[in-house]
Amino acid sequence: MTVMEQRGAYRPTPPPAWQPRTDPAPLLPDAEPYRVLGTKAADRADTELLRTLYARLVRGRRYNAQATALTKQGRLAVYPSSTGQEACEIAAALALEERDWLFPSYRDTLAVVSRGVDPVEALTLLRGDWHTGYDPYEHRVAPLSTPLATQLPHAVGLAHAARLKGDDVVALAMVGDGGTSEGDFHEALNFAAVWRAPVVFLVQNNGFAISVPLDKQTAAPSLAHKAVGYGMPGRLVDGNDAAAVHEVLSDAVRHARAGGGPTLVEAVTYRVDAHTNADDATRYRGDAEVETWRRHDPVELLERELTERGLLDEDGIRAAREDAETMAADLRARMNQDPELDPLELFDHVYAEPTPQLREQRDQLRAELAAEAETAARQTGAPEGGRR
Amino acid sequence: MTTVAAKPATMAQALTRALRDAMAADPGVHVLGEDVGTLGGVFRVTDGLAAEFGEDRCTDTPLAEAGILGTAVGMAMYGLRPVVEMQFDAFAYPAFEQVVSHVTKMRNRTRGKMPLPLTIRVPYGGGIGGVEHHSDSSEAYYMATPGLHVVTPATVADAYGLLRASIASDDPVVFLEPKRLYWSKDAWNPEEPASVEPMGRAVVRRSGRSATLITYGPSLAVCMEAAEAARAEGWDLEVVDLRSLVPFDDETVCASVRRTGRAVVVHESGSFGGPGGEIAARVTERCFHHLEAPVLRVAGFDIPYPPPMLERHHLPGVDRILDAVGRLQWEAES
Ligand SMILES: Cc1ncc(C[n+]2csc(CCOP(=O)(O)OP(=O)(O)O)c2C)c(N)n1
Repeated sequence: MTVMEQRGAYRPTPPPAWQPRTDPAPLLPDAEPYRVLGTKAADRADTELLRTLYARLVRGRRYNAQATALTKQGRLAVYPSSTGQEACEIAAALALEERDWLFPSYRDTLAVVSRGVDPVEALTLLRGDWHTGYDPYEHRVAPLSTPLATQLPHAVGLAHAARLKGDDVVALAMVGDGGTSEGDFHEALNFAAVWRAPVVFLVQNNGFAISVPLDKQTAAPSLAHKAVGYGMPGRLVDGNDAAAVHEVLSDAVRHARAGGGPTLVEAVTYRVDAHTNADDATRYRGDAEVETWRRHDPVELLERELTERGLLDEDGIRAAREDAETMAADLRARMNQDPELDPLELFDHVYAEPTPQLREQRDQLRAELAAEAETAARQTGAPEGGRR
Repeated sequence: MTTVAAKPATMAQALTRALRDAMAADPGVHVLGEDVGTLGGVFRVTDGLAAEFGEDRCTDTPLAEAGILGTAVGMAMYGLRPVVEMQFDAFAYPAFEQVVSHVTKMRNRTRGKMPLPLTIRVPYGGGIGGVEHHSDSSEAYYMATPGLHVVTPATVADAYGLLRASIASDDPVVFLEPKRLYWSKDAWNPEEPASVEPMGRAVVRRSGRSATLITYGPSLAVCMEAAEAARAEGWDLEVVDLRSLVPFDDETVCASVRRTGRAVVVHESGSFGGPGGEIAARVTERCFHHLEAPVLRVAGFDIPYPPPMLERHHLPGVDRILDAVGRLQWEAES
């Protein structure tokens, strides 16, 4: 006799019928990352767009190389290269309209530059300066975020505010695979879904968070799958396929703008360079793995597509490279000038009005600078002067 | 303006009124937090705002403090003036990263281009018999974070005036609401609510000659009571209500200490690494030659906030203050 039978008279009342609130099927990502280049889908692609993407990718690759070189010369304090990830950076930024906003993390300099920010200004923080360099309102680019995922709720809040004001602005928020483990990632996605905020979350899954591989970061089938639990669609895309990234991001942006709410996009890509110039990648991965990914290079994929379709020839390739060289030479020349920092400005932007305490401390530093200048003047035998 | 007779009002009512007036005056003011809408907040400070201004202006958010503050940052970036409610002091900690890494730095790291006008309301302190995590005094954490204003009212008039000033400020403000004063009443004229000192200024609540009690928020009433009691022992105590911890009003505090020559700092939060150490050091640095005795601190113990059944032993009360005042007869003893 079972326990139930012993109880005899026990008749459980049936619970109220349970209905899922959202059909999860349409929210689920594809099993394979979406691809355009080298597939039939490429026939539909806008050839002008492909050409633009190509020119930008070549520039982006050169920018990464130049910035990395500048770290070796001590001109940049640090540079987290996005070599191998240029397609995500550039195609995603190009999917936005001018009125939209970008919320980048520290690795997303190329996306920032794609929005029109001056390449030198985009490097200000990484150079070792105290501020972020550019005016966020000029190109609608939030400051680069160093703490992981913390900029994601900002994107949600801004998009939400824009919608409340009746503006059809979309926010694109970028995060790495490691960043998806942070609480702010969860909170941002949840808020965005509940508020149906016009936000697109782009996870650049480049395989590693510094040294930690994806399988130690998450047990989820894919990062795009995480979307379903929040009630938003998840999309999986080949992050080295610029045309595919552009298409998927454009879809998501359109969906958000039309009031459809947020989308989570996972772009599968690879970080070919080390985490930053300060990292030794040989400690956690082998050359063979890197080689495999090098053969699936975003610049080459697009170059092959364009060449095979007769949209690009040797001259076109040379022209793109020359254009990138010009950009690099300009970047080099301007980064080689010593920036002029005013230490007293440190006190100017803590509050709208400095507190009495900050005024005192500014006076103290001013006096120290004056004393320094006097000593320097005495030592060089130059007439006394300097800042007071 | 018509003159309305001052009637008793609670601090919670004055706070509600401040939010309502700020929302009516500026469509950019948005209130968000846990349970702030239909319920009106667990302390009813946001009572009626959702009904009056709609759920887009007074929003029940998902239960996530970092998300609440993080999205408020984005809203402020887009030109709104969010006022967020953290339900209790100790539940604001998940949002602390947003405070430290973004809220306090956005103006600075954008060289003044992106100021964040947002107000973070935090009910704080004990004395209401709350269970654990419901009675923390978190002011030292906020004080130690440059880029924030930190204010805390001790009177009904200040609750209104300081909250309006916080919402109007172009900088982020942590607005600490002493929980145990929510239901305290003062005569308050809602028609002339602006007659308070601006943010950043301390106020002498009681003048005296023999020593200064320096305090704020929940401890003001205790200090006033102690000052009355001290008269019997021949002490004529001055009581300074700081009102603003950042910026700190050295001028008012030091002017008082120079007059009286003796000072005791009184607060509920722990002594070690607490606000009192900073205040005592500032006073000593500036008033050393006027001091007849070391600056003393009467504070909570350096223990996790005790359970309700024991909290009266922790909170600085009149006796502990009077005891410290007695110890100010330094010269005579040494
Ligand atoms: C909150 C936080 N914790 C730790 C770090 C230190 N850190 C910087 S980058 C990084 C790895 C991030 O990996 P991922 O999100 O995959 O981005 P990727 O660098 O690969 O682009 C870590 C741990 C940080 N910046 N912020």
